[in-house]
Amino acid sequence: MEQSIYFDNAATSWPKPEETYIAIDHFNRSIGGSPGRSGHRVSIESGRVIMNARESLAQLFNIDDPFQIVFTKNATEALNLAIFGLLLPGDHVITSSMEHNSVMRPLRVLESQGVELSIVRCSPQGYLDPDDLPALIRENTKAVVLTHASNVTGTIMPIKEVGDIIRGRGLILCVDAAQTAGALPIDVSDMNIDLLAFTGHKSLFGSQGTGGIYIRKGLEERIRSLMVGGTGSRSEFEIQPDFMPDKYESGTLNTSGLAGLGAGGEYILKKGIDHIRDKEILMTQHFLDGLKSISGVHIYGPGDASRQISVVSFNLNGMTPSEISFTLDEHYGIMSRPGLHCAPSAHRTIGTFPGGTVRFSFGYFNTEEQISYALGAVQQISRDQKK
Amino acid sequence: MTEMEKYHVILFDSVHHALRSEKILKGMGIPHKLIPVPRHISSDCGVCLRFTIDLRNKIEDALNGKVDIYEIRPL
Repeated sequence: MEQSIYFDNAATSWPKPEETYIAIDHFNRSIGGSPGRSGHRVSIESGRVIMNARESLAQLFNIDDPFQIVFTKNATEALNLAIFGLLLPGDHVITSSMEHNSVMRPLRVLESQGVELSIVRCSPQGYLDPDDLPALIRENTKAVVLTHASNVTGTIMPIKEVGDIIRGRGLILCVDAAQTAGALPIDVSDMNIDLLAFTGHKSLFGSQGTGGIYIRKGLEERIRSLMVGGTGSRSEFEIQPDFMPDKYESGTLNTSGLAGLGAGGEYILKKGIDHIRDKEILMTQHFLDGLKSISGVHIYGPGDASRQISVVSFNLNGMTPSEISFTLDEHYGIMSRPGLHCAPSAHRTIGTFPGGTVRFSFGYFNTEEQISYALGAVQQISRDQKK
Repeated sequence: MTEMEKYHVILFDSVHHALRSEKILKGMGIPHKLIPVPRHISSDCGVCLRFTIDLRNKIEDALNGKVDIYEIRPL
């Protein structure tokens, strides 16, 4: 076995652009220093690294003020901040049945503490029908928490349509962009997004341990800090600062990781998100078309690359997802992810709970040749299975 | 006028704000310098932005709506 093909980009993208590696190495080797903690040159330079990351992401998501971005260690922490920081007992919140546990688990905790929860049932392909929303809105509805695209089926959610529906009703739209930041165009203004949680280690080409959340200006007054401590600012006070981003950024940040995230963001801006998306659509459609011609394969989700991100879930008759995934790795050098993908509700929605699916997720650095090779591998596994 | 009297400083909520201001002013070619906040002004550990007083209006215009200023005062 010569090949080693990484198709688990929805978990963590790999490889990263050369620029990401260089930025991380440069920070650790030549800068060091704590950002925002002193006036000496490496502390200042460290602060500039974080500023650059904030600015490149602000540009990518069309955010006017980079200080409305708070850095966290991942999308999970960002979503916890949004959900636990915002919702109080007696509030009502709406979400979809396609959510990842990073949304579902915080909401279930709050449900046990008196927050009312409504879950919009999505179609077996993972689609949310925006027309299902108005009937669910109550007097005490505070927010809609919605994934931008499913990590199981890749299904892209109608965020803008949902934003249009809830705009003017005073509801807060919180979007989980873990799978889409860096992969799909996101414009927080055009899409009426109030809270945008993202992670750095997937399509934004940063390293693990980076992520963040955009908070619409003014909304910080309604979101509690989950963690307080040293910020390098207002040090004479023992009360947490109330201004952005310090209100939510206590303790030294992962500056080396954020150096990489900033470089990843700049790389995407340079390449153009449409170019990245186009390449991923071609690879995804190639894979979907090939899979459809293999007997015994069941594809979940839209089955149409223009309506999903570069994530494809499938099963093969007579085999469990873990057997397929193991065979792909062991005999063909192809790395995929079997199981429930931390999203039991999504698997219930598409009818694959508790068995799960095999998930292939492509990244910008995968190639058409790798897709062809993988299709050959799935074809062969299907044939062997029938013997 | 003594050397000190030529200067004003801008104090910010945090170092993040100072660095963003620095970048904006650099981009516009307006002379300035980031310096540690002098002890006689604040006990905080951050940095402030020093400029010559003749540039005050220009700098305030440049940062208006982009970065919140905590205070502008003589050095």
